[in-house]
Amino acid sequence: MNTASAEEVRKHVRVYLMVFAALAVLTAVTVMVSYFHLPVHTAVIVALIIASVKGSLVAGYFMHLISEEKIIYWVLGLTGAFFIVLMLLPTFTSG
Amino acid sequence: MDEQHHEHHHEHHHEPGFWRKYVFSVDHKVIGIQYSLTSLLFLFFGFSLMMMMRWQLAYPGQPLPWIGRLFGEANMPEGVMVPEFYNQLGAMHGTIMVFLGVVPLAVGGFGNYVLPLQIGAPDMAFPRINMASYWFLFVGGVVMLASFFLPGGAAQSGWTSYSPLANIAPVGQTAWLIGMIFLITSSLLGSINFIVTTVQLRVKGLSFFKLPFFVWAQFVTSFLLLLAFPPLEAAGVLQLMDRVAGTSFFLPSGLVVTGQPLEVSGGGNPLLWQHLFWFLAHPEVYVLILPALGIVAEVIANNTRKPLWGYRTMVYSLIFLGFMSFVVWAHHMFMTGMGTAMSTFFQATTMIISVPSVIILTALAISLWGASIRFTVPMHFALAFIPMFAIGGLTGLPLGLTASDLHLHDTYYVIGHFHYVVAPGTIFALFAGIYYWFPKVTGRMMNEKLGKLHFWLSLIFMNGVFMPMLFIGMAGVSRRLYDQTGYAHGAAVQDLTVLGSWSAWLLAVAQIPFIVNFLMSMRKREKVRSDNPWEATTLEWATPTPPPHGNFLTAPQVYRGPYEYSVPGRTADFWPQHLPEEAESPQPRPATT
Amino acid sequence: MSAEVEIPYAVKPHPVTGLFNGKFGIWLFLASEVMLFGALFSTYVLLRVGAEVWPHGYSLLNVPLATLNTFVLILSSVTMVMAWASLKMDDFRKFRLNLGATVLLAFVFLIVKAFEYGAKFEHHIHPATNTFYAIYFTLTGLHGLHVIGGILVNLYLLLPGSAMWRTEPERFTNRIECAGLYWHFVDLVWIFLFPVLYLL
Repeated sequence: MNTASAEEVRKHVRVYLMVFAALAVLTAVTVMVSYFHLPVHTAVIVALIIASVKGSLVAGYFMHLISEEKIIYWVLGLTGAFFIVLMLLPTFTSG
Repeated sequence: MDEQHHEHHHEHHHEPGFWRKYVFSVDHKVIGIQYSLTSLLFLFFGFSLMMMMRWQLAYPGQPLPWIGRLFGEANMPEGVMVPEFYNQLGAMHGTIMVFLGVVPLAVGGFGNYVLPLQIGAPDMAFPRINMASYWFLFVGGVVMLASFFLPGGAAQSGWTSYSPLANIAPVGQTAWLIGMIFLITSSLLGSINFIVTTVQLRVKGLSFFKLPFFVWAQFVTSFLLLLAFPPLEAAGVLQLMDRVAGTSFFLPSGLVVTGQPLEVSGGGNPLLWQHLFWFLAHPEVYVLILPALGIVAEVIANNTRKPLWGYRTMVYSLIFLGFMSFVVWAHHMFMTGMGTAMSTFFQATTMIISVPSVIILTALAISLWGASIRFTVPMHFALAFIPMFAIGGLTGLPLGLTASDLHLHDTYYVIGHFHYVVAPGTIFALFAGIYYWFPKVTGRMMNEKLGKLHFWLSLIFMNGVFMPMLFIGMAGVSRRLYDQTGYAHGAAVQDLTVLGSWSAWLLAVAQIPFIVNFLMSMRKREKVRSDNPWEATTLEWATPTPPPHGNFLTAPQVYRGPYEYSVPGRTADFWPQHLPEEAESPQPRPATT
Repeated sequence: MSAEVEIPYAVKPHPVTGLFNGKFGIWLFLASEVMLFGALFSTYVLLRVGAEVWPHGYSLLNVPLATLNTFVLILSSVTMVMAWASLKMDDFRKFRLNLGATVLLAFVFLIVKAFEYGAKFEHHIHPATNTFYAIYFTLTGLHGLHVIGGILVNLYLLLPGSAMWRTEPERFTNRIECAGLYWHFVDLVWIFLFPVLYLL
């Protein structure tokens, strides 16, 4: 997001409120789903998917990533790659 | 002349007091000098710790003459070192050399001072954060030093602080963890600064592939620091929780310590510490070597009067190396029972990562071909770096291959390997950098004769210390042993150990010409007659000597690559980056201080 | 201050990268934070997978309270971005209301957290109790420290720091944007923390 003008920002305000509504709904959903006591593996996947959607909304709209500069995408891409390596770390210890 | 007069007049108006100017300065050059002096002191201190260990190694159980009794009854009763103290010296030697010595000098010192100059910037992007990063280092250093005086002494579980041993160690280990948090924070702040500065503050015309290799090296290093340190910070927090809050992140169930079951919940995993530690510590070793490669590249280009051979290839190799450094860490853990699939994976990535290092070293070597080599003191160190780093790198191969690592892991061979890379490798490069940039910082040249003496003695004695280790290790002697003569295979190579100890002590003596040279040269009345005494091409030599606040009198513009030496058709054998096409070849001009 | 050196692109964006220095810096910092929390999440996975028995978060922790906290933090993220937007629209009063609300909501979050922790301590449940509680307290504790950090930064920008609006409005707006990025990240971490610890 480059230096946005006042009018553009005004339009964004609507988006922020819609995102808030979506986040609120998704939070309610993720809590309700937990009451179903799904088998662990399924529960994990569902929870992570919902969290990822919520996270993407926060990152994309509140943090303006959806219209950010390329260089930030590169930095986050690199970070994401190493984050994945880090998350795979537990698999390196078993066996 | 007019500009200078105005500059001085301007400064007189806003002249800061002593504290703002020399202690709490936000000028990257002052901060760079602070880092450099602090880290040099820590290097000598860390070296001193080792010199004491070398006594115990060479003459186990013998009282250390004269100074032995100064260390108190707890550490050296009757002047004889107790094992716990030996372990403290060992753990702190490693910690101090890596985190308070080499990296702060290579990155905090050289990076801070030279990088903004080489890109034509007036300072770092965030000068106050830069200052903060130094003071975090300082506090971390104080905590580490103070830990020696805690009950039970300093950390003594190796610089690697493996659990569960580190969990049950005396309180010095807690201090170590706290110290590390300060040091990691320092590093983090610095790396953010370096990356933003390099990307955002390059002057007009200075595209990425016109950057000096030194800048590229610092840039990639900063990404390593940024992304690899946090997992160690996390691990540090977890080990702190284990030690202070009684958690069991790294403590397995049913652990028994000196006959008593440990009263903790258990359920933890010691390997978790190792993974998180090495996730940082492997990229950390590239943090140790990359800035050195950067310095050596600068010195070689300058003293061969030729462009570096394969500059672009070197840069791509550097980037690839940086990336790969994140996926090789478990080669430090081959013996932990990970299973053949995992071991094979890390063995493969480790073999792959040797390729870019070899490419870079080869390019540096080929750069010498057909050169008019100027055997200046920096060049002595840079030239020696090549075969020394080669030995370091080659000795790494049997460690990266699981079959041979079986025999060599945790032996002196490992110590020999990594010291070859860091001592006659990185530290030689740092010496080269000091001799090379000294005239820009102080306006004076260091004495050449003393420099060459320093070089030859250091080269000989470094090999005297570390070459025997390769053989001692192959003979099966474990590292971190308080007394190897207790084992037959250890006693058999004790002579080599004694040779190593004497070489270490003589290596210390060999630093005297350097220290004398460094201190005396700063105060020499005779100053260099040029802002660019080495006739170099990169931007740091286009400033007054020493560079003022803001560095450049007017922002330079870059017209060509970083190593335009011996360009056909030009009268001078160097063509600085900032001179416009039409400008005359540079003449030596008087220093502007 | 000595002759203050002027740093290019401190306020105006760089022509190629499109960023002012601070924004680039804060994103790099957030990248490092991703690795920090990532290591702790990785720890969680390793400990849980390696455990013979691992409790369900909902059986041990107060889900309604944490759900409330989740709403509180999300709302604070909205008010934070609205604070920045208000400045972009030249409305300093709205900015103060929104940033003030952000700080207030952050305090609410901490109070709820303190209540949660207190309830556990009263029942003699501590990090040392078992590895579930160890990672629960460590993850939420470190997150809580980040919330405190955010409160301090936002309070500074709301009170003494806001004087910059009169002298250098664009630079001040940039600072709010950077503070906002940090704050959204704190919210983002919680968005993952909450289900992982409380709902699984």
